[in-house]
Formats: sequence, structure tokens, C-alpha cells
Amino acid sequence: MLYDKIDLEIIKLLQKEIPLESRPYLRLAEQLGISEAEIVRRIKVMKDKGVIRRFGATLNHRKAGFTINAMVGWKVDLSIADQAGSIMASFNEVSHCYLRDVPKEFGYSMFTMIHTYSEEKLGEIIQKISNGTGIDDFKVIRTIKELKKTSMVYY
Amino acid sequence: MNKLTWLDKQILNILQKEFPLSEKPYEEIALRLNISENEVLQRIKELKDNGIIRRIGAVMESKKLGFYSTLCACKVPEDRIAKVALVINNEKGVTHNYIRDHYYNLWFTLTVSSAESADKIIKNIEQELHIDIKSMPALKVYKIKVLFEMGETDAL
Repeated sequence: MLYDKIDLEIIKLLQKEIPLESRPYLRLAEQLGISEAEIVRRIKVMKDKGVIRRFGATLNHRKAGFTINAMVGWKVDLSIADQAGSIMASFNEVSHCYLRDVPKEFGYSMFTMIHTYSEEKLGEIIQKISNGTGIDDFKVIRTIKELKKTSMVYY
Repeated sequence: MNKLTWLDKQILNILQKEFPLSEKPYEEIALRLNISENEVLQRIKELKDNGIIRRIGAVMESKKLGFYSTLCACKVPEDRIAKVALVINNEKGVTHNYIRDHYYNLWFTLTVSSAESADKIIKNIEQELHIDIKSMPALKVYKIKVLFEMGETDAL
């Protein structure tokens, strides 16, 4: 069992905010009628099992100085996808790297999200990835406008 | 944007990477940085108020919760984008929606309870708005690590 009913209630709370006060877990535990030690233990278990992927602060990366954010699609031969994926993943500036099932007419099936602080640096990273993977057919798809950006609320 | 201090960056790194799971997490951060708990709380409050910190909480692994997600792209005439985006954004499972500089100019993510449910939602949007949506679910994930290490460069 990955999680039970109490865990589900904990997830509901943690999808929102951890209180900004001395004993935040105590506050959350009181809302659920369990002990502080119990909620901390359960959060640890969910982290270990990977149900909670990350626990802590989510930043507004633009405001935090990462002003250049680009999605880059790469035309990858499936036979080298894993190798290329691991090279791309090794870059600090790459936050997401997915192989996707894409329409043939689009063709760029490997996606990377790259975050950095200058156009020059972005160009450098793309060049390095291209050199490292041998993929020279890629497309930089920039954000023109953010229309929605939220955290998923599951329950 | 105010320039972040060294202390702000240290706090942001700890908050992103290892938010303590102990009775007094903010006191633990304070001890590590040799400042008071109150100062930590105050700094975090400011970082939240000026929007650098979006949220402090848990990011769930949608797959482990049994959810299905996909990246969708569509071509929408410029003058219809606002209306189309309104309908798409109204969908609870749509967490990101961006205008991008590509033939497909509107890109959004959809996270829902099943693949069938995603197909249904996409079909409904297509019919309501008379647009063609390309759904591109992940076949393989090589990395998800939305973590911004602060202070690696002078630019930040």
C-alpha cells in the first residue's frame, strides 16, 4: 500500500502550504487529530516511497534570476534515446527531460526544459547537448506568454 | 527585483533541497545558518511576499497517485487565443498553459485520473472550440528536477 486514508488527508494539506511558524507539523497534525510525530513519520515514508516527489519550496524561477527558459525539442533516433536522455539529464540547467509520443509531422520527440540566465549561456548549453548526443536537428520553442501556471491539486 | 543576499540564497537552497522534517524546521535552518529562528521566518515571509517563493509544500508524484498526464499542443488563430485559453484553463487538470513561438502556438499540460479521462477532456475541448489538439504523453522520463540552485553564478 503506497498510502492510506490518513496519508490522503496529509496530501490534501501538503498540496497547499506548510505553515510559516515555529512548529508547522504540530499545526497540521492538530487539524487531522494525529500527533506531530505521526505526521512527520508519514511524510518521511511518503517521501521514501516517492509518492512525494519533492518536499519544500517551489520558486518563481524568473523572479529568482533564471530569466531565460526554453523548451527544446530534439529529433532523436529511438535507438539512441536512452543514451541521449541520460546525457541531457546530466546538465544542471535541464530541469525536465522526457521522450514523448509525438505526431509524425512534428517529429521532435525528446523534450528538454532549460533554465538559465542569459541567451549566450542558453546557446552554449544547447551546443554542448548537441555535441554530446550527436543530435543536430532541434527546435527551440520559447514561451511568449504564461497563461496559467499552478501546482496540481489532486484531491 | 531586489538583489538576493547571500543569506537569502542559502535559505532558498535549503528550502528547496532539504526542508527539515523535525519538530522545528525553521529553527533547524536557523542553526545551520547561525541566525535566529525569527530571522529565518522573517526572511521567508519576505521571499514569499515578493513572489520569489511560490509555495512551500509537497510536490506529489502524479504517477504514483495513479494519475495520467500529457503535454498538449494546438494551433489557434491569434484572435481566438484568449477565448480558447479561457476554456482550457478552466479545466482543473490543466496546470500549465503557455503561448509559444511555434506553428503549434498554445501548449498546455493535462493531469487527470486516467488516459480515458484525458482523451474525453481533449475531445470535448476540440469539439467546443473547433480546434485540433495534439496530445503527446511521455514514453520515458529521464529527468524531473525542478530545483534552482542559487548562487552558482554571479548573475543570480
